[in-house]
Amino acid sequence: MTGSPALTPPALSVQREGRPRLVVVGNGMAGGRLLEDILACDPQRFAITVFGEEPYGNYNRILLSEVLNGSQEAQNIFLNPLAWYAENGITLHAGRKVVRIDREQRRVYCEDGQSEPYDLLVLATGSKPFIPPIPGTTLRGVFVFRTLDDCRHIASYARQCRRAVVIGGGLLGLEAAKGLMTHDLDVTVVEMAPYLMSVQLDEPGGRVLGQTIERLGIHVRTATTTKEIVGHTHVTAVRFADGTEIPADMVVIAAGIRPNIDLARECGLACERAIVVDDQLRTSDPNIYAVGECVQHNGVVYGLVAPIWEQTKVLARVLTGSDPHARYTGSRIATRLKVMGVDLVSLGRIQDVQSSDEVVQFSEPARQVYWKAIIRNGRLHAACLLGDLGPADQLQRLFHSGAEVPQRRVEIFFPPAASAAPVTLADLPDAQQICDCNGVSKGTIVAAIRAGKCTLPAIGKATRAGTGCGSCKKIIKGLIECFADSVTPDPSEDWYVPAVPMDKPTLVAEIRRRGLKSVSAVLQELGHGEDEKSKNGLASLLKSLWGKEYIDERDARFINDRVHANIQKDGTFSVVPRMYGGVTTPDELIRIGQVAKKYQVPMVKITGGQRIDLLGIRKEDLPKVWADLGMPSGYAYTKALRTVKTCVGSEFCRFGLNDSTGMGIAIEKRFQGFEFPAKVKMAVSGCPRNCAEATVKDVGVVATEGGEWEISIGGAAGAHVRKSDVLCRVSSREEVLRIIGRFLIYYRDNAKWLERTYDFVPRIGLDKIRDIIVHDKLGLGEYLDAEVEKMAAAYVDPWLEREHPAYEGQFDGESRIPLPMVT
Amino acid sequence: MSSGEITYVTVGPVSAIPPGMGRAYHVGPHRIAVFRTRSGRVFATAQRCPHRGGPLADGMLVGEQVVCPLHAFRFDLHTGQCEQSHVCPVQTYPVDITPEGWIRIGIPTRFRSSEDVSPLLTSC
Repeated sequence: MTGSPALTPPALSVQREGRPRLVVVGNGMAGGRLLEDILACDPQRFAITVFGEEPYGNYNRILLSEVLNGSQEAQNIFLNPLAWYAENGITLHAGRKVVRIDREQRRVYCEDGQSEPYDLLVLATGSKPFIPPIPGTTLRGVFVFRTLDDCRHIASYARQCRRAVVIGGGLLGLEAAKGLMTHDLDVTVVEMAPYLMSVQLDEPGGRVLGQTIERLGIHVRTATTTKEIVGHTHVTAVRFADGTEIPADMVVIAAGIRPNIDLARECGLACERAIVVDDQLRTSDPNIYAVGECVQHNGVVYGLVAPIWEQTKVLARVLTGSDPHARYTGSRIATRLKVMGVDLVSLGRIQDVQSSDEVVQFSEPARQVYWKAIIRNGRLHAACLLGDLGPADQLQRLFHSGAEVPQRRVEIFFPPAASAAPVTLADLPDAQQICDCNGVSKGTIVAAIRAGKCTLPAIGKATRAGTGCGSCKKIIKGLIECFADSVTPDPSEDWYVPAVPMDKPTLVAEIRRRGLKSVSAVLQELGHGEDEKSKNGLASLLKSLWGKEYIDERDARFINDRVHANIQKDGTFSVVPRMYGGVTTPDELIRIGQVAKKYQVPMVKITGGQRIDLLGIRKEDLPKVWADLGMPSGYAYTKALRTVKTCVGSEFCRFGLNDSTGMGIAIEKRFQGFEFPAKVKMAVSGCPRNCAEATVKDVGVVATEGGEWEISIGGAAGAHVRKSDVLCRVSSREEVLRIIGRFLIYYRDNAKWLERTYDFVPRIGLDKIRDIIVHDKLGLGEYLDAEVEKMAAAYVDPWLEREHPAYEGQFDGESRIPLPMVT
Repeated sequence: MSSGEITYVTVGPVSAIPPGMGRAYHVGPHRIAVFRTRSGRVFATAQRCPHRGGPLADGMLVGEQVVCPLHAFRFDLHTGQCEQSHVCPVQTYPVDITPEGWIRIGIPTRFRSSEDVSPLLTSC
């Protein structure tokens, strides 16, 4: 090990491929961002090698709490995939830990003894969770919350737990607690300080936060020191210094972080609480730099992302020489707690008060609102906002710009009426920061929109805006709506499917003219490329165009449509038998129960559409399950008529005006098996109380006083909620069936692939649809009626394929093949 | 795939897989998906999608790619590479077709089974 600093100046002449060798140790948020910043300054400057301890490309640690609470998929938080490193000529050693630096030889050594030479070295080793020195921290069920792997382990362990304790009531601890709540645990947060978030808040603020957190159902114990985590092999309880104890099945330690400085310290770099760096992020060795949570600058160690971004930007300019005088002069810290249900913004250090400071406060205990600002020399020095973030934007502007605060200090929180007039997105100054995570201004985003980036992902890719915590996505969407008008729309939006550049009418005409009857034929003659959406969409279209002449290639169908069941996350399937109108019989129920027992169905569930769902059926059991059920397919897996939901109607209900169950059964029998560009849900209610929720269905029917039926279309109550539009009122069951049938065929023929009626009806226009369907102004009535007849006649229960599989291996599971003996 | 010897194991006739479809085989400890493209080629990959373990043999073939039925990640059958970023490639296996039309899959005699692969994400 070398103890003394290198005496020679950086020997950049010792080069590979003529370029200086830059080695970065650490591939977290700091290391990864530094690489991007360096490439942005001068992509050709260095031969870069990166060591990352985790076996992944770098990811956005800020979003880990969202992975834990399930609102983000792990794969969505990656910043740079492994391929990105290769594309940029960067050698990435993922999963390899650097254990030693030889400063004399200028080499870093890995655990496996391999070494890598450097001309310049950057340490971005980050920090590790602090584990308090108490007994029990190695028991099973004790976790820290720092990496993607931690997140996965916590989530999977939580499944077998009921009670969790989070040690640490800071930012990370609260995020962990909220994440655990989504796993249905009883969660207690334990904090040593007398109140929560003691770094960002003062005592009154911390108390208000405590009440807010309790309201979310999380127990809070402040001023409590943990003495021991109790258990034999795994956690059973947590014991405190006052002798009390609470039971716990798991413990998450979020008691702060400590910089990773072992590597630096062992090779003799100057370290205090962290690696000491100057304004150019240089350590005590002129060939070694450091950046991120592992550094101490001007006595300050940062544990947040914004300062890291500022540091990497400076370091990239220094290293590449694009601005050799770039300096990092410290960061102003702003924090936003992004736990759902808690609004908190903290700027600077609220406890840092001098006697000459002015303190402006506002509190509204009933709403748990607490605002406080500290003004020093006429400028905003620190602030916190809890419970209501009304003045947050204005305060952040004042804080970051260092501008003078208003003479009437009250205007910090309550701007005068004139300036409080609603500011539209268009009016915002270009310099206004929209994405606080990545520091992207309105001007940058608008420039991207004008350059044709008109979707959230496209803007994220071009500017990074919205790719941090995501809280600014709504504003970005607003900006797109505001500024994208003049941009030419993407022509592919009108294509029926992505692989064939034609809108639906053109495509249908071409298919008819050329007599193309199979998906492969259409793709071959009219398509460019192939994709799953196109194959599915074309299969549906060709079936409706050609009926019995359609050449049904099963490989053009999604697995659900091949085996007539809905695939689940573990590869098993769900089986929903048809129950017309949601009406069943004792015999049917007994049979379903027997089947569920015989096949050990893990879950039997009533669906949202009033049917019974048998979940967890293996593919090879499907034919047997169908046969034992002796009921037809409920089509709960495909783009077709799903269910017709009903209320009990006039037969039993004392309010019922008409026979809604009878009507629902008739509709379901008439249109069963009809396929469409998207799924179609229906409902019939026996009176305007509308218990079957018919006004949020693709087609809804409601009985009215006087024996009439009101038909409405285009409703939805999924991710998108839309009340349906009333099409007409008719008086007989036959008329209801005729109107619905005409609408369904018209929708089938004219909707885009995957376009639900809630988009289709407003696109075509209700009046036009009424003219065509009800008043037959285009003279399509006869054709539409005939198509209904044709489709109804063609209906065959797909579950009959249990007797005669449509292709080899349709319902086969995995075939077992023994391995030959190897001698 | 790590270096080592490869043993070819016969899993069945080409005709057992309709054109454009896949089938799953459990060969010793290896769970393998075998695909027959419309262009007539046969490929083999691990059965489990590296993302969330989805059954790739149930996926849809588009050209010489397979689309996982669970979350539509798309893998190249030649290289195993995923078209979308952030997901690891899927293990691929060499395939040999006998003159009689039997499919033989090259199983490495020493390597991690697909079961060892983390269901979420792994380095590759």
